[in-house]
Amino acid sequence: MNTIYSINGPVVRVRDTRDFSMLEMVYVGNNRLIGEVIGITEEFTTIQVYESTTGMKVGEPVYTTGAPMCATLGPGIISNIFDGIERPLKEMEKLSGAFISEGANVSSIDTEKLYDVTIEVKTGDELKGGAVYASCPETPVIRHYCMLSPMLFGKVIWTAENGQYRVNDIVCKIEDRKGKVHELTLCQKWPIRQPRPVAERLLISRPLITGQRIIDTVLPIAKGGTAAIPGGFGTGKTMTQHQLAKWCDADIIVYIGCGERGNEMTQVLEEFSELIDPKTNRPLTDRTVLIANTSNMPVAAREASIYTGITLAEYYRDMGYHIAIMADSTSRWAEALREISGRLEEMPAEEGFPAYLPSRLAEFYERAGYTETLCGKEGSVTIIGAVSPQGSDFSEPVTQNTKRFVRCFWALDKSLAYARHYPAINWTTSYSEYVDDLAPFYEKEAGDKFMEYRQEISNILVEENQLMEIVKLIGSDVLPDEQKLIIELARVIRVGFLQQNAYHKDDTFVPLSKQLLMMETILTLYHNAQNALKAQVSMGNIMSTGLFEKVIKVKYDIPNDKPEIFEDYKSEISNVFSRLIAEENERRAV
Amino acid sequence: MSIQYLGLKKIDGPLIVLDKVKDVGYEEVASIKLEDGTERVGRIVEIQGDKAVLQVFEGTKGLSLTNTRTKFTGKPMELALSEEMLGRTFSGSGRPIDGLGDIYPEKFEDINGKPLNPVARTYPRNYIRTGISSIDCLMTLIRGQKLPIFSGSGLSHNKLAVQIVRQAKIADESGQDFAVVFGAMGVKNDVADYFKKSFAESGVQQKVVMFMNLANDPIIERILTPRCALTAAEYLAYEKNMHILVILTDMTSYCEALREFSSSKGEIPGRKGYPGYLYSDLASLYERAGVIEGSTGSVTQIPILTMPNDDITHPIPDLTGYITEGQIVLDRSLDQTGIYPSVSVLPSLSRLMKDGIGEGYTRADHSSVANQLFAAYAKVQDARSLASVIGEEELSETDRKYMRFGVAFEKYFLTQGFNEERTIEETLDLGWSLLSLLPESELDRVDEELLKEHYDNETAEKTFVI
Repeated sequence: MNTIYSINGPVVRVRDTRDFSMLEMVYVGNNRLIGEVIGITEEFTTIQVYESTTGMKVGEPVYTTGAPMCATLGPGIISNIFDGIERPLKEMEKLSGAFISEGANVSSIDTEKLYDVTIEVKTGDELKGGAVYASCPETPVIRHYCMLSPMLFGKVIWTAENGQYRVNDIVCKIEDRKGKVHELTLCQKWPIRQPRPVAERLLISRPLITGQRIIDTVLPIAKGGTAAIPGGFGTGKTMTQHQLAKWCDADIIVYIGCGERGNEMTQVLEEFSELIDPKTNRPLTDRTVLIANTSNMPVAAREASIYTGITLAEYYRDMGYHIAIMADSTSRWAEALREISGRLEEMPAEEGFPAYLPSRLAEFYERAGYTETLCGKEGSVTIIGAVSPQGSDFSEPVTQNTKRFVRCFWALDKSLAYARHYPAINWTTSYSEYVDDLAPFYEKEAGDKFMEYRQEISNILVEENQLMEIVKLIGSDVLPDEQKLIIELARVIRVGFLQQNAYHKDDTFVPLSKQLLMMETILTLYHNAQNALKAQVSMGNIMSTGLFEKVIKVKYDIPNDKPEIFEDYKSEISNVFSRLIAEENERRAV
Repeated sequence: MSIQYLGLKKIDGPLIVLDKVKDVGYEEVASIKLEDGTERVGRIVEIQGDKAVLQVFEGTKGLSLTNTRTKFTGKPMELALSEEMLGRTFSGSGRPIDGLGDIYPEKFEDINGKPLNPVARTYPRNYIRTGISSIDCLMTLIRGQKLPIFSGSGLSHNKLAVQIVRQAKIADESGQDFAVVFGAMGVKNDVADYFKKSFAESGVQQKVVMFMNLANDPIIERILTPRCALTAAEYLAYEKNMHILVILTDMTSYCEALREFSSSKGEIPGRKGYPGYLYSDLASLYERAGVIEGSTGSVTQIPILTMPNDDITHPIPDLTGYITEGQIVLDRSLDQTGIYPSVSVLPSLSRLMKDGIGEGYTRADHSSVANQLFAAYAKVQDARSLASVIGEEELSETDRKYMRFGVAFEKYFLTQGFNEERTIEETLDLGWSLLSLLPESELDRVDEELLKEHYDNETAEKTFVI
């Protein structure tokens, strides 16, 4: 019998035993709290416990399970809300009320619910790992495919009839080459720290369309890509993640609230059940999984929540879906690593973080990708991780190490947030390495001018940035008219294009086609104004046309479903400017 | 008769080590009796085999390896709770210190609380009117929110806290009880007196529960103070259905106590010597604000912290800002120009306000006014920094208008008397008339109809003396 020798916060040690293996799941104490073995020496076995150890005593038993920490995978995951180790919070509320108590032992997915199961194989079929043997509708928008565990293969020797089954009912039996019979239910288990295998990783070629102009146009992210959103508090990390979760064109969203606020999770729960997805006409909860490990819940489970989330995502990817993971925030996860590392008295590296922080981050972000799955479909996992740098200082270890493993960096800027410019993504310090990979897609799907316009818009912003250095020193009055035009036009781009109102019915999601037309309108204004300047029209006259203000308001004034109005704007711009030039020529002639 | 352990194995700062203990639980509370008959309270912070490490709340002064008898209670640290707590004053560890004797407890609760299940929360929506324009309009306090005041030594945060307590009103006035739980951690004697006196003067004393840990009280007790306060608050809110406003001051002292305690335990320090778990620890306090299903009460928190050296990137304000739902930042330069309350508008924020304002709560135009004021005041800062380089005369016409707007905004909107209470209508109308000082074309955050209704440059020019 293994018993507890020492207790220090979530870290418990067992002395003189050889029964445990590394990363094995164990039950600790009389309450059978869930724990995981994280260190083994000859003398001590170290266990991190995923629940509060208050009241636990030395000498209480520790039970082995012989298996690593696993997630239960099966129908019933979508629209659910779990804690960091995949326990359904709604069931826990029924069990222990509004406050979470220790030792709650509940099944991850509803074992009583009946699903309309269609059997996809027949007796005699040879199945490989990952093959689909049954399917059922999980929510009105997601069909669940039950896949053979990647480790198994064999011949189908029995199948159930199509009909209604619970997740633990046996629907199929297979016999492997050694003659062993495996009974298959609707669910399976998978160790959370081990990536699920795929047939092949494919090249990245399709964007994750988010409807957010600064992201889609300026800093695009690919399906199967990785992005980080670093920003100090109050800069809108969570807000940006909520917007992406609501509007991006992934099939399923896994939202991991890792060490963040409880009220935020409540907000997601409430908002997502009210919001209707325009593509399916169903509430967003029908395609969302929430993992909530708020900042006051046990710290060890916070460390696990990231892995639980990505395992669920990979499982649905294997069915051929496109998944986007929002991890808010990876810094809290890194802090959980630091806290546990401290309790283990490991040698700290930078700022007290353990030396293995970069490798853990890499392991996590590398689980993203665009893949061909074992059952021959295409699926992807996109990871979008928020980073909360201490003191808004991007040189701290978590931001710096994350930067090495992501290809999209959306830096949120305090001064933009102070000016209530949202999304407060700073266009000069942010970057996306996916631009070249995605250019063919944009040119084909969004219009062949898209990338050209994007470049021109970016150039104007870069030029403005340089000019602002001068303006800050001597004011804008001394600049020549061409440069004043750049500054005015950059303002149009900043306020009219980059700034986006999440609470406005049209502006909260903007399709690529409208983004293109908006860029076109802005550039039409720019080119016409340039011509006018060449014809000696003064900057004052150009500004007094009111066209700049009008173009800024395009995002509100033209509904998303009326793109034809843009033509009126463009013709108005060219008419007004030709009139200006004509008047100027006339004046000069006199 | 339970076992008593004679003597100690080791004493190290606030920690004592006992040997050969049996059958004790993690975080269990022990009472330590000295030879002179006095008693102290300790709590287990680590167990290793038959050795237990305890922290002594009252400090280890006077303890020796031989003069103690320690008895374990078999329970974690608990607080006696009853409705009688209203109007009473307790020590930082929850003992009555106002000379009125013990309370008759209705129940006992573990002061560490338990994490609130996110699905049991109700999203906070209704606002609390503080009568202070800058807060009500620009960083509205919502019932169930945690909104800290980031201040600096010598600024008027205490005065502001008293004014909020005195004026705070629940928006819908449903006749429900409203009460304040006040937790003082490491505050100076005269600051504690100031709060006591102010509560008495404004007649809210019977609605206040006070937990007092003064600057010269033991630091371990300081670690318990906010937990006691929040346990009392949760009891009153969720079981007695009251709306509770918790004021915790000063969180900086609390964090420093935590650091002292952590280093005496020999833990590996994180940034600036604070323990690596400072975030989790602060979260275990701040997250105890909220509204839960099945109860009509709420816990709203206003923690006050003084930023060391006015540095908002210091770990304490930084980590706090990551947990709380916004912050009210006080500014020294505004304070020096005599502006009270010296709320620095731009870095201040209330994250929950978007869902608790507007039609049905405050007024339909609230968010437009607030957004426009923020945007305009941000431009004032740009104009000012430009003016400091090239001189005010060289500024463009628009920039000069912004400069005037800035002055008027600070003089008429931010500035408010200690006894002046403005209704939300007054505040919003004031916001509109200030915005009317700017050219109409500059107001790009509000739509045309609202502008037509509220924009009135002529009257504005006459109203404000700049």
